[in-house]
Amino acid sequence: MADKEAILIIDDEVQIRRLLEITLSSNGYKILSAANGHEGISQAASHAPVLIILDLGLPDTDGFVVLKKLREWYQKPIIILSVRSSEDDIIKALDTGANDYLTKPFRTGELLARIRVAIRQNQGNGENPRFSFGSLEIDLSSHLVRKNNEILKLTSTEFSLLSLFARNEGRVLTHHYILKEVWGMGYIDQTQYLRVFVAQLRKKIEDNPAKPKLLITESGIGYRFGN
Amino acid sequence: MNNFDDNRPNPDDLLASLKVDEEKGKRGKLKIFFGMCAGVGKTYSMLEAAHIEKKKGADIVIGYVETHNRKETNELVKGFELVARKSYTYKSTSLEEMDLDAIIARKPQIVLVDELAHTNVHGSRHLKRFQDVQEILDHGIHVYTTVNVQHLESRSEIVAQITGIIVRETIPDDVFERADDVELVDLTPDELLQRLSEGKVYATERSKEAVQNFFRKGNITALREMALRIVADRVDRQLHDYMQLKRIKGPWKSGVHLLVAVTYTEQSTKLLRWAKNLADMMGGSLQAIYVETSHELTPKESEALDKNINLAKQLGISLRIVTNYDLVKAIVDFAQKENITHIIIGKPRERNLIALFRLGNFVNRLIRYSGNIDVYILGSDNTVDDKYKRKAARPSFTSSISQYLISTAIVAFTALVCYLIKSLVGYQVVSFVLLFAVSILAFFLGTGPILLASTLSALIWNYFFIPPFYTLHVEKTEDMLMLIMFFIIALLNGVLTSRIRRQEKKIRIREERTHALYQLAKELSTVSGINEVLDLAFRDIQKYFGLESAVFLKDESDRLERQPRHPSALNLTENDISIAQWTFRHSAKAGKFSDTLPSSNYTFYPLRGNNDNMGVIAVQHLRVFTQGEEQFWEGFLPQISGKIEREFLRMTARTAYILNESDKLYKTLFNSISHELRIPVATILGGSDTLIAQDYSPESRKMLHEEINQAAIRLNRLIENLLNMSRLDSGRLTPRIDWCDLHDLINEVIQSLSTELNDFNVDVVLPDDMPLVQFDFGLMEQVIHNLLLNATQLAPKGSSLRVKFFYDNGFLFIQVMDRGPGFSVSDLPMVFNKFYRGELAVAGGTGLGLSIVKGIVEAHKGTITAENRANGGALFTIKIPTNTSDLTNLQPENKI
Repeated sequence: MADKEAILIIDDEVQIRRLLEITLSSNGYKILSAANGHEGISQAASHAPVLIILDLGLPDTDGFVVLKKLREWYQKPIIILSVRSSEDDIIKALDTGANDYLTKPFRTGELLARIRVAIRQNQGNGENPRFSFGSLEIDLSSHLVRKNNEILKLTSTEFSLLSLFARNEGRVLTHHYILKEVWGMGYIDQTQYLRVFVAQLRKKIEDNPAKPKLLITESGIGYRFGN
Repeated sequence: MNNFDDNRPNPDDLLASLKVDEEKGKRGKLKIFFGMCAGVGKTYSMLEAAHIEKKKGADIVIGYVETHNRKETNELVKGFELVARKSYTYKSTSLEEMDLDAIIARKPQIVLVDELAHTNVHGSRHLKRFQDVQEILDHGIHVYTTVNVQHLESRSEIVAQITGIIVRETIPDDVFERADDVELVDLTPDELLQRLSEGKVYATERSKEAVQNFFRKGNITALREMALRIVADRVDRQLHDYMQLKRIKGPWKSGVHLLVAVTYTEQSTKLLRWAKNLADMMGGSLQAIYVETSHELTPKESEALDKNINLAKQLGISLRIVTNYDLVKAIVDFAQKENITHIIIGKPRERNLIALFRLGNFVNRLIRYSGNIDVYILGSDNTVDDKYKRKAARPSFTSSISQYLISTAIVAFTALVCYLIKSLVGYQVVSFVLLFAVSILAFFLGTGPILLASTLSALIWNYFFIPPFYTLHVEKTEDMLMLIMFFIIALLNGVLTSRIRRQEKKIRIREERTHALYQLAKELSTVSGINEVLDLAFRDIQKYFGLESAVFLKDESDRLERQPRHPSALNLTENDISIAQWTFRHSAKAGKFSDTLPSSNYTFYPLRGNNDNMGVIAVQHLRVFTQGEEQFWEGFLPQISGKIEREFLRMTARTAYILNESDKLYKTLFNSISHELRIPVATILGGSDTLIAQDYSPESRKMLHEEINQAAIRLNRLIENLLNMSRLDSGRLTPRIDWCDLHDLINEVIQSLSTELNDFNVDVVLPDDMPLVQFDFGLMEQVIHNLLLNATQLAPKGSSLRVKFFYDNGFLFIQVMDRGPGFSVSDLPMVFNKFYRGELAVAGGTGLGLSIVKGIVEAHKGTITAENRANGGALFTIKIPTNTSDLTNLQPENKI
């Protein structure tokens, strides 16, 4: 995996930066690092990294502010890596435009997996209407979903839900976001709709609905699709 | 009469004296330079004394000294720092007063303040300078001041009698008596007169005549004697106090307790002063009593009464008001209860018929019933007496004119009716009809109108009905007799009825007030929380007194809050807030209708608790309280402050309890957690040290890496638990209630525990058609996670675990069961306690898991119980109130 593109780490803790540098560079990524928000933004502007890992507790600026500023022009994935573990913080970060959120302490294996998913999803051809996940195949243009080569009968809401997940593979979608996208602004608090349809959808697409492999619950936050 | 007890110092008095000493220690000391009159050199002596102290190094300033431009005095003022006086403009003249705040801010050791009895100019904080001085003393500053004998409240009258000059500037005797030091500045009358003639007294031209009238040798000698006597008495009392304090057995005077009966007459004013002097002379205690009888006070009388009651307060006499129809009985009862040895009364001077009714043979009865209590009767002087007589005749006829008209009209009407039926009933019956009318009137009218009605009806009966008609002449002896009897019966009946009615009215008002107090106490006992108590107080003050009020409470650091409670009721200014602060610090009434800062629109009362001031209540008085209202108010306030104090104490007790609990918790934490924290840290440190220092085989290195990894995971779990616990404890954890799918929930838990559950047979009982329920998904996930993890650690491998969900009547039930060892009897009540480790707990736990579970369940307003299963094993049952989703509108949808 020679010469992957650069990843920017914005974190004020030297130990965390060093750990990430070692882990990521041994996985073939080039590393840029910044110890505060201001420096981070200017690094991102001058080097155009392929992904940014952002800490929320920065010495100069609030991490959310940095995230917001970056999102004004930066299109590529941003992963939050923070000690803040409350659901409110996670939801706020995701709604502000973060692609993913990991709390410290974290397992390096998981971080690497998330980075891979985020980069792949970002580079993936957004025009392609066909997706395949194991035995599940989705064709957005023809509205067809196959499992084990058999066509699944989905309601229109189930299909909208599934296509939203498919288009955001690997990414955590918050309850509010899903409700807004599938049902519309007026349904943003109707989480019971979401629960019911997720349960219905699981019964149709999962091999074992009791042990979902595709449609994963992120407790208190939302759902993530993909394996 | 020298019984044994009298020879011993009373322990209560000793305690009181110690307390007085203690209080005095914190306050500044007051030294009074005391003289018989102006010109004896008090200011001079004060300045001299100050110079001596200054030489010793004391920090002394002059707060206010009037030199009257005397040369020697002017000389002495030099060398002292002068605190600039403050200017007040009153009625377009500018006047200078002592600057109280500047002195307190300057905080010298000693301040010199001339003329203690001075009355401050309108607009100053206090009415009188001695109040300023009290405040200075409160700040721990010593004060030197000057006082003349005529300035003492109890002596002012006598001085006026001697010199013919009425003194208006006086100080309460109490202030003088509580002075720490009194230095007599004495001069013989001849020397004083010489100084006067040399022009050393009153250098400025004043009214020469007045001065000459005043400074006559006879006057001066009398004043001098009085001054010397006062100082001698003081020395006497100090000796007495000293002997008592040092437990020196001495010839204690047997307990002399005087009681003076006060009324609303000017004579009583004199009586009070005289009684005070007598009590001082005899070295005994003095109380005053006012008996409220059925007599209705005229505004003038009640004003005079208020004045007398105030005077009693100023003289430091405690005054009790009792209601009783019978003066004598009231006084004697009180005297016996209080062990009074001497009763002092004024000589009654009412000589007319009404007075006889009211007082009966007052003096004789008092003497007869008072038993072994001595009775002193103070004579009256005639000038006052005459004035009084005229006044005394009036009150019984104070009823309004309309009452007289009504009484005349009714009697006339009755007479007319009688006249018409005269031929039918005979004139004797007429007398009964008239008598009946008078008796009925007595229920509604005052004494005067009744007297009129009685007289009128007697005359009418005589004139129109008793033969011979139309003349006042009565022929038959029996008619004459009947007429006289008629008149007496009408009079007695009418007057007595109207008196009973008045008495009843008074008693009713008192009863209403007592009832109101009882009601308040009852209501107060039902409310809790400061705000509810205050709301009740505001409501009741409005209800019973018709006053708007607001309260300032003290805060945790015992200072008064600046923000009033119930601020909407009053329009309090910044100035009012400082008055409230003053009231709080000095524990004394201030503001409108008081002696302190009377220019405010509101009156401020301290809310005195048992130990401390709880705050200040501000009310908007529209007029001065009457004596009755004042008493009622004084009974009312302590109930409220008492309740506020209890509320404060309850809060303090709660805080103390919480502190105590958290203290216990910390101890447990350190015992249990320090061990749990150190083990993984030791593993990580040791393992990594080894890896850095030495070259091991790849297998060993891998093993060390794994150990470090395991230790870190363990450490992380512990920290997570601690953080969760502290979030629960701080009450900051509010569940994010949302619709949740129970299938989703249990699947999540089982997946996250997949490794641990590998060796167990997990049985989930969850109906397929289970509706959605409401709780915090993340938190409830942790609850089941902790319970299942607990089970895996205790139950034998291969056994089955069961998680059961069901919904019943508004509650979600979750049961987690295992086939482990269950709980021992001693464990059972403690399993949810923080850091409690069961007898069979495995190493590596923190004792926090179950208490976190309990905390989360309780945050959902639910309950959790633990019990042993019938066939062995533990059973946890969680019960959470929740709604279920109604999704009927969701179901029908077209398939694609």
